[in-house]
Amino acid sequence: MIRHLYVHLPFCAHRCGYCDFVTALGRSEQHGAYVDALLAELELERPVLAAELDTIFLGGGTPTFTAPAELDRLLRALPSAEEVTVEANPETVTAELAALLHAAGVNRVSLGAQSFQPHLLDVLERRASPESVRRAFYRLRDAGFDNISLDLIYGIPGQSAADLARDLSDALELQPEHLSCYELEAKPGTRFTHTFGDDLARQAEAMEGYFEQVVATLTAAGYRWYETANFCRRVEDDAAGRDLRARHNLAYWLGRDYLGLGIGAVSTIGDERRRNAPRLAAYLAALARGERPVREVEELEDGVRRRERLLLGLRLDEPVPIAGVGAALDPVALARLEQLGLAERRGAALALTDRGRFVGGAVTADLLA
Amino acid sequence: MDQDRIRNFSIIAHIDHGKSTLADRILEITETLTSRQMREQVLDTMELERERGITIKAQAVRVAWKGHQLNLIDTPGHVDFTYEVSRSLQACEGALLVVDAAQGIEAQTLANAYLAIENDLEIVPVLNKIDLPQADPEGTAAEVSDLLGGAAADALRISAKTGAGVADVLDAIVERVPAPAGAPDAPPRALIFDSSYDQYRGVIAFVRVVDGSFRTREGLRAMALGTEFEAEELGFLSPTRQPIDELVAGEVGYVITGLKDVSRLRVGDTLTAKRRPAAQPLPGYKDVKPMVFAGLFPTDSDDYPELRDALERLKLNDAALFYEPETSNALGFGFRCGFLGLLHMEIVRERLEREFDLDLLVTAPNVAYQVETRAGETVEVHNPAEMPRELERVEEPYIRASIIVPKDYVGAIMELNNERRGRFDHMEYLSEERVHLTYELPLAEVVLDYYDQLKSRTKGYASFDYDLSGFQEGELVRVDVLVGGEPVDALSLIIHRDSAYARGKALVERLKEEIPRQYFDVAIQAAIGSRVIARETVKAKRKDVLAKCYGGDITRKRKLIEKQKAGKKRMKQVGAVEVPQEAFLAVLNLGDGKR
Repeated sequence: MIRHLYVHLPFCAHRCGYCDFVTALGRSEQHGAYVDALLAELELERPVLAAELDTIFLGGGTPTFTAPAELDRLLRALPSAEEVTVEANPETVTAELAALLHAAGVNRVSLGAQSFQPHLLDVLERRASPESVRRAFYRLRDAGFDNISLDLIYGIPGQSAADLARDLSDALELQPEHLSCYELEAKPGTRFTHTFGDDLARQAEAMEGYFEQVVATLTAAGYRWYETANFCRRVEDDAAGRDLRARHNLAYWLGRDYLGLGIGAVSTIGDERRRNAPRLAAYLAALARGERPVREVEELEDGVRRRERLLLGLRLDEPVPIAGVGAALDPVALARLEQLGLAERRGAALALTDRGRFVGGAVTADLLA
Repeated sequence: MDQDRIRNFSIIAHIDHGKSTLADRILEITETLTSRQMREQVLDTMELERERGITIKAQAVRVAWKGHQLNLIDTPGHVDFTYEVSRSLQACEGALLVVDAAQGIEAQTLANAYLAIENDLEIVPVLNKIDLPQADPEGTAAEVSDLLGGAAADALRISAKTGAGVADVLDAIVERVPAPAGAPDAPPRALIFDSSYDQYRGVIAFVRVVDGSFRTREGLRAMALGTEFEAEELGFLSPTRQPIDELVAGEVGYVITGLKDVSRLRVGDTLTAKRRPAAQPLPGYKDVKPMVFAGLFPTDSDDYPELRDALERLKLNDAALFYEPETSNALGFGFRCGFLGLLHMEIVRERLEREFDLDLLVTAPNVAYQVETRAGETVEVHNPAEMPRELERVEEPYIRASIIVPKDYVGAIMELNNERRGRFDHMEYLSEERVHLTYELPLAEVVLDYYDQLKSRTKGYASFDYDLSGFQEGELVRVDVLVGGEPVDALSLIIHRDSAYARGKALVERLKEEIPRQYFDVAIQAAIGSRVIARETVKAKRKDVLAKCYGGDITRKRKLIEKQKAGKKRMKQVGAVEVPQEAFLAVLNLGDGKR
């Protein structure tokens, strides 16, 4: 039975230039119909779901841009789970919304801060101001949230190393339980790349050390670098002694099965991966007829999930048991990487060294047989 | 046939001056071929020859004209094949010197004319393309008469394209070219001036009988190599093979030898009959040696057996092609090949790529060096990677270059030749406008893009020809390229000491651009022996991670990693460093184009 559920809420007030996720602007009149469709899809898939889930993750889009009444209706209709995370954009977090989320059973919020510098938020076309990021954070705390993650983006055009240092210290000042720090990806073909591609190319060399700077700053502040781009407060530093890693994302990284609902959502169940088609109207129409939405199905051939467990597992600070990935691993490459001090065997398991984690993509490509 | 009624002649010309068209027209007028059978330029059979408009393999065709037997011996039109040209000329008593009346004398016109004079041929000047509006028959005739010393009026004026004047050319051959003067009753001697390979019948020799006569089925001997065989068939080309029982003094024809190995019969050798062997071979045989060398490697190492088979097959028709297996740490298994010159190399390369569908990596060409080691031995080195680091002296091949340009470009030519270590020899005005320059140049300076430079600096007006003038000592050094401390054998080069620094610097700079960053700093060095003359560093990469794994879309991430993996698999390993094949290509091309 599947114990991890992802729900995609595509609506946004505005599409940020760097974004290439499945989003839909505005459409407030369709929020109700979309929630109906999600719940209809949930019913269709219910047979594969465990009665009690480990995790639910509402991602977007901007889940908190969804009409509050509809968001509330959705949350209350979902199965119960130990960790329920909602992604939120700072400018959408009112005291009422925070209270609504908390009352509806959400126990973790991932706040899309991205930066605390006005000029960088402008470049990203984020609507929040540094003040609204802080305000949103405290509103969530006030509503009772004791597990908040902040999203930061680094490598923004025009961002200096000092800017990054300020972003990190501003974020740390809020004492979040969890931080996700991703490097900005200028994806080919986006409006953003069109505008800033040349700037980024010029700055590439200067920004090379930013990843190291992020890891050094956050680990010095006592955070655990538990995944390539994710950091959490340590168990021993938490009053309640909680493991504050994002359990939902951990399920992806450990290669567990999960169900995704909504447009563009991905499910991995056994040897099959499905991706719902991204078109909103077709999704609504199909589910209104009581049918499953159009989706791409990818058969995961023998060995593919083993390869995925290796490539995802190596993002974590905990070693990957070699027994589970055996044939996916190239022993010659492993020996060479061990010699270079980039990978190491710890008993019957394999992990990257800190140095190896900084170049984890290339190391993983080498390790795969 | 009676020797009095035989005329043996060649057509010599600068490229594109109309040699092949004239040959076609001669076949047509003499009704050797009906016009319906006529293909354009029938004598040039290989695809490449037709495309480049040049003749690579010479052939001999017999035509009949007013009671005479005329043998047209076609010659390769390029300097790389000078030896074959000179053997072909040796088989003749006369030559038509074809000059484009719109272009005037060019470098190859001179080279070929001098060759013909050396071989004591009667030269019949022919001014071609007089139908062109820009033709200047008077001016060209004056240049020709300056060159040959005759009266300008002696030059025939024709258009091979329209056929105008071609009959006069045939008459002139009969009137002006001497009949052969061999001894019909002496022991038989025939000069091999060309050979080809027939899949079913083996080596076919093209010969000019000088003395005596040869009969089908008799035992023959090639005098220089000592090879013996039976003449399976004798005949002449007209233009297809016409078997006959006997070839007599003065005649030109072919001998089917049945030999399966082309190296056993060489152009320039003399055939005689075992029943009555000649005491002395005809003069002039020499072993042609390749002067330009390059490594040929398949881009895909799986193609190595195909490359080997292809070279074997090319060699059957091209005795001058030399090859031996070579293993490079950077490029894998391939062959070190030797060529007569650059064009020869280009032709072999193109045939391998085109006819055998091979993708090749070709190293920068180098020349053959004579090296005296510290131990006092003399060795010939064909590969920079084999140049001993400890040596007493090195000699390199030199050429006498002959260049004809409009006078405005003399400065440009002098500048280029100075850059290339050239020594000025001689300059003369062919006309008010055109100048003939001769230089002595190291062949090594010519094999790297010299011809392209010559053309580009003279807007295409310069014509160029050369012949080898021997070996001379040079201040030469071996430059090695090291990646991560490991020498990359395929990139070693031998170069004049004065250019070593600039060249080494250019090489490492280029290589730096092409080598992706690794897990550690990679030093790229150019070195003479243990002395590093240029260095660049490819800094270690500090980060290489994939971004967010959004909403469980693991497939995309997996594909990105697999793409990265596939990229790494295509890399070649130099020590611990992964180098993409394109990096070698880019650096090798440095020698091809830019400098």
